[in-house]
Amino acid sequence: MTQAQALSIEPNDPVAHWHTLCHRQDLVANSGVVAWFAGAQIALFHLPQGGSGGQVYAIHNRDPQSGANVIGRGMVGRIKDAAVVASPLYKQHYRLEDGQCLEQPDQALQVWPARLRGDRVEIYAPGNRSAMNI
Amino acid sequence: MSGDVISTRRETLVVIGNGMVGHHCVEQLIALGALSHYEVHIFGEERQRAYDRVHLSEYFGGRDAESLAMGEQALYQQPGVHLHLGTPVLEIDRDHRQVVTASGRTAYDQLVLATGSFPFVPPIQGAEGTSRLVYRTLDDLDAIRQAADGARRGVVVGGGLLGLEAANALRSLGLEAHVVEFAPRLMPVQLDAEGGAALRARIEALGVAVHLSRATSAIIRGDEYRWRMNFADGEHLETDLVVFSAGIRPQDALARSAGLNMAERGGVVVDNHCRTSDPAIHAIGECASWNGQVFGLVAPGYQMARLVAARLLGQTGEPFTGADMSTKLKLLGVDVGSIGDAQGATPGSRSYRFIDEATAAYRRLVVSADGQHVLGAVLVGDNSYYDTLLQYAQNGIKLPQEPASLILPQSGGSPALGVDALPAAATICSCHNISKGAVCCQVDAGVTDLGELKANTKAGTGCGGCSALLKQVFEHELSARGVVVDRSLCEHFAHTRQELYDIIRVEGITRFEQVLARHGKGELGCDICKPAVGSILASCWNEPVMDPALVPLQDTNDTFMANMQKNGTYSVVPRIAGGEITPEKLIVLGEVARKYDLYTKITGGQRIDLFGAQLHDLPDIWGELIAAGFETGHAYGKSLRTVKSCVGSTWCRYGVQDSVGMALQLEHRYKGLRAPHKIKFGVSGCTRECAEAQSKDIGVIATDKGWNLYVAGNGGMRPRHAELFATDLDDQTLVRYIDRFLMFYIRTADRLQRTSTWRESLEGGLDYLREVIIEDSLGLAAELETQMQLVVDRYECEWTNAINDPEKLKRFRTFVNDGRGDPDIHFVKERGQRRPARATELTLIPVTEEAL
Repeated sequence: MTQAQALSIEPNDPVAHWHTLCHRQDLVANSGVVAWFAGAQIALFHLPQGGSGGQVYAIHNRDPQSGANVIGRGMVGRIKDAAVVASPLYKQHYRLEDGQCLEQPDQALQVWPARLRGDRVEIYAPGNRSAMNI
Repeated sequence: MSGDVISTRRETLVVIGNGMVGHHCVEQLIALGALSHYEVHIFGEERQRAYDRVHLSEYFGGRDAESLAMGEQALYQQPGVHLHLGTPVLEIDRDHRQVVTASGRTAYDQLVLATGSFPFVPPIQGAEGTSRLVYRTLDDLDAIRQAADGARRGVVVGGGLLGLEAANALRSLGLEAHVVEFAPRLMPVQLDAEGGAALRARIEALGVAVHLSRATSAIIRGDEYRWRMNFADGEHLETDLVVFSAGIRPQDALARSAGLNMAERGGVVVDNHCRTSDPAIHAIGECASWNGQVFGLVAPGYQMARLVAARLLGQTGEPFTGADMSTKLKLLGVDVGSIGDAQGATPGSRSYRFIDEATAAYRRLVVSADGQHVLGAVLVGDNSYYDTLLQYAQNGIKLPQEPASLILPQSGGSPALGVDALPAAATICSCHNISKGAVCCQVDAGVTDLGELKANTKAGTGCGGCSALLKQVFEHELSARGVVVDRSLCEHFAHTRQELYDIIRVEGITRFEQVLARHGKGELGCDICKPAVGSILASCWNEPVMDPALVPLQDTNDTFMANMQKNGTYSVVPRIAGGEITPEKLIVLGEVARKYDLYTKITGGQRIDLFGAQLHDLPDIWGELIAAGFETGHAYGKSLRTVKSCVGSTWCRYGVQDSVGMALQLEHRYKGLRAPHKIKFGVSGCTRECAEAQSKDIGVIATDKGWNLYVAGNGGMRPRHAELFATDLDDQTLVRYIDRFLMFYIRTADRLQRTSTWRESLEGGLDYLREVIIEDSLGLAAELETQMQLVVDRYECEWTNAINDPEKLKRFRTFVNDGRGDPDIHFVKERGQRRPARATELTLIPVTEEAL
């Protein structure tokens, strides 16, 4: 919990960069995986229909309802035209775009800008280390 | 307590009798606000509170006393209501206005007699004990059940409505049932000669022997069976037990000794307001005689109960002026209907008759001399004509040009009188006196759900005979107001699960994207429709759930083939079919649990659950389990879970069949079958039922001749006993019925609907299910069996499939870019094992990962 708060998400943060998290083949189409990024757990969802080569979303892996790190194992879907992930434990829906919980307006998950660049999956975050053990 | 300043003495109201009618009266009284006027005392002779006598035979089909009980217990627990069960009233002291029981006297201001009736047993020499049973109360049924122990044959004396019900009860106890009737035909009151003959043919085809025009003169010791019944014509019949169901007599002894006016043929004389000769005493139901008539049906009793409740609260109520004795029943699974003047006794009346000797169906329509109106009707074999005919008769609707068309077979189903042709005053539910107008009022008030309508009006909750008509009227009125009932699965599909199933099967669809593109809206789907479609695809084609195209459809537990627990770790449940396990395998489970430090617990389904595995541990754990011969237990899926068994005849001195062998056969046949919800089985080796099969979706209980099959039971939040579906089946037939039952359930149930709620929502109930599964009324049986065989043939262990496929194993990484486990998962030790740490315990654990 403290790790996530320590991580700024402003894309225009002066010290933020694009970081490579993993390879494209680590992703699972229309589903999620989780990457480790300097102490934070980031769920990555790949929706191949969205745009050229598809859209990747990066959202915090911690489920605020249970305190467990499980968001990356939730089901993705589309509700009222927004891509969402349903928490696997108590089934709340979070918008992938901005992390907003649909059922509880006061809850939101942290999100990171994410993109596919060639074979690489990148997020935009502070720090200067690559998170990839390759 | 209510804050009233002026204290007025509340009067005391005593109700004697807590049967269906007495209960209805109390219910109506309370609904009308009686508790602010009266202190209510109810005395019941039986130990149980009021229960549904109409469905008494279901007591042997798996329903217990509690599920037969009328209304909610809470009704009798309110302040001001005093229910005295097992307390017969011994005397009514009218001079002092008191009722006397063994425990004392209770004064009354108003008294309601609802003592009902008792079964008439003709004085037959030698009738005693198990040759003099009756069929009226739950205690009577317990006595019959006891007498049936070790018995082979049972006789019912009386071929009327209750007698045939009793014969059905004997049959469900596994006895060879015989019916002995004094009259020359069955149901002499309701049916004419041809109708009686058709009913006889049908019932005999079911294996119930019928003996007509037989008067029993004496009962003596039998040679081959316990008893021998000697008939007046010199014939005889041997049997192990005799149940008398030769009519009812009003339970009027109390009123008689209190000196109330009695009718010549029994019963307390009442007027049009149910008043007896004592102005402080009313009588309702089967103990009351109106105009020399006693009404042995529930609807007139309810009518009287409503009237008296209203009168006691100073309202006028609708006077009782006789009752329609029309009845629609299913006796031993045979439809029987009788409306109005069924015998054609009205002078000048004429009849139309339809006789089908091939299937023993019979219908008679009695019309008035002028040929304009329906006077009565007799139906045997098909009651789908009943509702329309009853409406014609009750509402004086003018007959169509060709009256015979009302009873002739139609290619498009039975003729339906359009429900809009019914006048607003037409009674839909006669038990609760709900008219079409009352249904319309509910719709106008915004009710759009049938369940809500039933809850508001109680319509369809008495005998249940009107439910089809009620639904028809309700839906007609809804659509007349432009209301479309939304049964969409979710925003992506305007279909029910059942419709999606049909679409997928008919079009041979194997991928979610296809069904979404062709029949849905939008893209991607959601967490409602994706698992629903995933489950249907698995039920239809049974491809591995881990196939890349199917993975996104699976709910999280199916995706990782394990059960996620509250801290995000998983539990692992290997299959232990029938609960049978070798010591070697048990040791392997222990070793694996020790190696991965898994919390170990025995489940309710005779398996072993290993908790606390992280995602990346799962393939290693399964690798070891599979190497030792285990396979997946599907504890994560909406699919067959376990087949619980007792040791059966192999070890147990009571067992009559090999229940473990059967459990293994069934578990291996249906393992991996995906369904709308989880499915549990139980197999017991004898009637002692140690495997608790009657609480399962499928329950199998051994008999000395084979297996009894029970269906649609449930434990959990709302327990439901499984119902006896078929008896003494051989192994093959048992499996075929289960094949058909499960596939029919998979085909027609809603998403996440267990078999119990599915069965309760089936129109036509258990009888309909029997028709479809056993008699193959829809012609589906072969198809259902073929579908099941396909699923069975395609079974493979999903975990074996996954650990041999590196592509699939890719998913089992806690982090795709790092080999570590989830650092936020913490355990503490308790009773020698580890368990998830509670939030309050986390402060005790040194933090190793520092924030950025």
